[in-house]
Amino acid sequence: MKQLIRPYGDTLNDGKIQLSFTLPIACNKKGEASAKALVESLGIRDVSVVHSEALDDAFSYYIIYGTVANPIDIENITVETVDQAVMSKDAIEAYIKEKFDKELVFIGASTGTDAHTVGIDAIMNMKGFNGHYGLERYQGIKAINLGSQVDNETLLKQALHHHADVILISQTVTQKNIHIKNLTEFIELLEAENLRERFIVIIGGPRIDHSLAKELGFDAGFGPKNYAYDVASFAVEALYFKQKYDV
Amino acid sequence: MNKLYLNQQTINAARLTAKKIADSVQTFIDQHTTISVERALCRMLGIDGVNALDIPYPNIIVDHIKDNADLSKGVAHYLSYALAEHKHAPQKIAEMIDQNCLDLSQYDKLEQSPHIALLTQYLTPQLNRIKRQKATRETMQLKPSKTPLKYVIVATGNIYEDVKQAVAAAKQGADIIAVIRTTGQSLLDYVPYGNTVEGFGGTYATQANFATMRVALDQVSDDQNRPIYLVNYASGLCMSEIAVMGALERLDMMLNDALYGIIFRDINMQRTFIDQYFSRVISAYSGITINTGEDNYLTTSDAFLEAHTVLASQFINEQFALNAHMKKSLMGLGHAYEIDPAMPNSFLYEIAQAQMAREIFPEAPLKYMPPTKHMTGDIFQGVIQNALFNITAVSTDQTIHLLGMLTEAIHTPFMSDRAQALKNAQYIASAFQDFSKEIKFDENGMIVARAQSVLSEANQLLSSIKNMGLFTALENGVFASTKRQMTSGKGLEGVFKKHAVYRNPVLELMKKAMAGDV
Ligand code: B12
Repeated sequence: MKQLIRPYGDTLNDGKIQLSFTLPIACNKKGEASAKALVESLGIRDVSVVHSEALDDAFSYYIIYGTVANPIDIENITVETVDQAVMSKDAIEAYIKEKFDKELVFIGASTGTDAHTVGIDAIMNMKGFNGHYGLERYQGIKAINLGSQVDNETLLKQALHHHADVILISQTVTQKNIHIKNLTEFIELLEAENLRERFIVIIGGPRIDHSLAKELGFDAGFGPKNYAYDVASFAVEALYFKQKYDV
Repeated sequence: MNKLYLNQQTINAARLTAKKIADSVQTFIDQHTTISVERALCRMLGIDGVNALDIPYPNIIVDHIKDNADLSKGVAHYLSYALAEHKHAPQKIAEMIDQNCLDLSQYDKLEQSPHIALLTQYLTPQLNRIKRQKATRETMQLKPSKTPLKYVIVATGNIYEDVKQAVAAAKQGADIIAVIRTTGQSLLDYVPYGNTVEGFGGTYATQANFATMRVALDQVSDDQNRPIYLVNYASGLCMSEIAVMGALERLDMMLNDALYGIIFRDINMQRTFIDQYFSRVISAYSGITINTGEDNYLTTSDAFLEAHTVLASQFINEQFALNAHMKKSLMGLGHAYEIDPAMPNSFLYEIAQAQMAREIFPEAPLKYMPPTKHMTGDIFQGVIQNALFNITAVSTDQTIHLLGMLTEAIHTPFMSDRAQALKNAQYIASAFQDFSKEIKFDENGMIVARAQSVLSEANQLLSSIKNMGLFTALENGVFASTKRQMTSGKGLEGVFKKHAVYRNPVLELMKKAMAGDV
């Protein structure tokens, strides 16, 4: 059944939307008219420029309200998520004990030139994040955190050296899509060495989600508001599945 | 000023302990040199440019000596002999080495060079240029401006886009423009050459980029009749070289903090403390204000529980700067507004900490960092967080006021983000203009108690750092909950123990000039 919706201002389906942006032209009547035309070209009606301001001689800033003309049918919307029942730390530990006869090795790093560690530490370190312990505290998991600024080759070398089962990669800097470039290079490296099937490879960061991860060739991706148990739930099941079917 | 009833004896004790900590590292520093220090010396001799493979000539000389002779004797030893023999300018010598027409190892076994004085004629033009730049800066700074100085960053990756953004921001009221460096630059053991257009999360720091931005900002400064300060980053593997470039191109402030490099870039501590010393001497001589990075500690450790680590580190940084002959008026010690907004009374604690820093370092142009860690994608809430921060900055008389961006959690600033931040800050600076003169704090209240407890914790921490030594303390992770080993991290292979014949004429000349200054 179709379910058509538009944005909600103060009345159902009134379609009200707010936008703000800068144009590389002077702030004057023509600038305002251009801003309005640009918003209309997006399929927005009743456009009003409620604020305009010069940022420099040839730069102008606009705040705009309007009405979205086209509704969307939310029946057609699908989301790619990690479809995994999330287990608690205790449940994960029990699962590992039952299904595996060895300690599982998770190796992680913030890679490339990225120096941000808080994200990967939140998942891996003892202390964890927001009161949720990190992988280091999980029984049955050996967590090796290589820190930041680790290049792809080093990460792979260390993963082999430590007989890792799971590789965790964190990417925070996304300007000019540097994270996409870096992540793609890692997958290419694995493929070139014929090692893609050897590991479960999971990525994470503020601009990462599961569908991006799949698109780039990873097993899963996690963004903000995810903790060690989310990642571990996915990883242990994926490993179990892998051990059951491909050996 | 003593609104917080801080105990002056505790402050004095903390300072004395910090002095002992810094002095014991200084003994180590004085016995060593690094490839970056030697390259900085080459640059002061007028050696610049790159060879056909884009390798900078200072790297060519230093690597040549390192690989074929003994760098512990210093480049001055070899170059002075070469000058005596060939009578060419140092630049020409560098080119001859590059073309394999000259091998400096022939001077390796000779006695301490009797020709060091020959270097002076080549140092003089750079020293004079730095003096002229210093004088120009002092003239510029006579133009009226108002503290807190509003500081914004540009970080497009492309120097020409940076210029557009910087000029727009300056016209909108920014006093200070910082050009953020690209990711990865601090780990390069050379400084790229020429104007650059590609960087990630920032733009390459090169001498040409410095010059391009300086020209653009001087223009706005003339139009607006107020000083527009230019900032870049020296910290990293090329700390002393970048300090030279900043001095030559009249940067006004530079991030200059070994501790930041150690903790947040995993640069080897021995290497970077040595580099820091020379780079601070250069900055002190050139009148460049340094900025330190204590504010960053609060991104990896809790801003309430670990506030005393920031203060302890400021005390240590002050002593390192004094050892480099720096005046207190050039010490932009860092701190930040990073307490979790979910904490009740967070604003009161922030006021306490900011006022405390102001009272303990009254002459320092304190650098005050906005909320970053607790900024989220909720940009509207972010505006409020920044407003509380701005109120604190104005009400506690901070000097260098880094403006928070509503989009902090999303991207490096858009032109419109910066404009919004400047409007917010201007409004608050005017609305709260004389507020700091009007307020007093309850002697038995929370704010006073908080400041006193942070001071006393910092004092205790300093004692324990002094007992174990700074290197060991860093190995234990005293700052930013980050542990770094004395013999790990980047750049250790570039450290050399000075030979008995070692000389650094730049350091000697600058120290002498500053000693005369006092
Ligand atoms: C703290 C911080 C720093 C600290 C980092 C300290 C450290 N040791 O990590 C310092 C001060 C050093 C720093 C430096 C820089 N930073 Co910074 N920094 C931040 C800040 C304020 C917070 C980031 C953070 O810690 N978030 C908290 C963590 C817990 O969140 P998270 O990473 O999203 O992690 C969660 C999830 O994403 C997920 N996750 C993360 N990783 C992984 C991995 C796996 C495998 C999994 C499963 C899950 C997962 O789980 C976590 C918990 O839920 C942000 C702004 C902001 N408010 O977001 C800027 C920010 C990220 N930094 C930025 C930049 C540009 C830099 C610099 C490059 C600036 C420069 N040019 O020098 C430098 C870094 C240089 C380099 N070589 O990388 C930009 C990035 C812009 C962009 N989109 O590209 C931001 C957004 C600020 C800005 N607006 O400019 N930064």
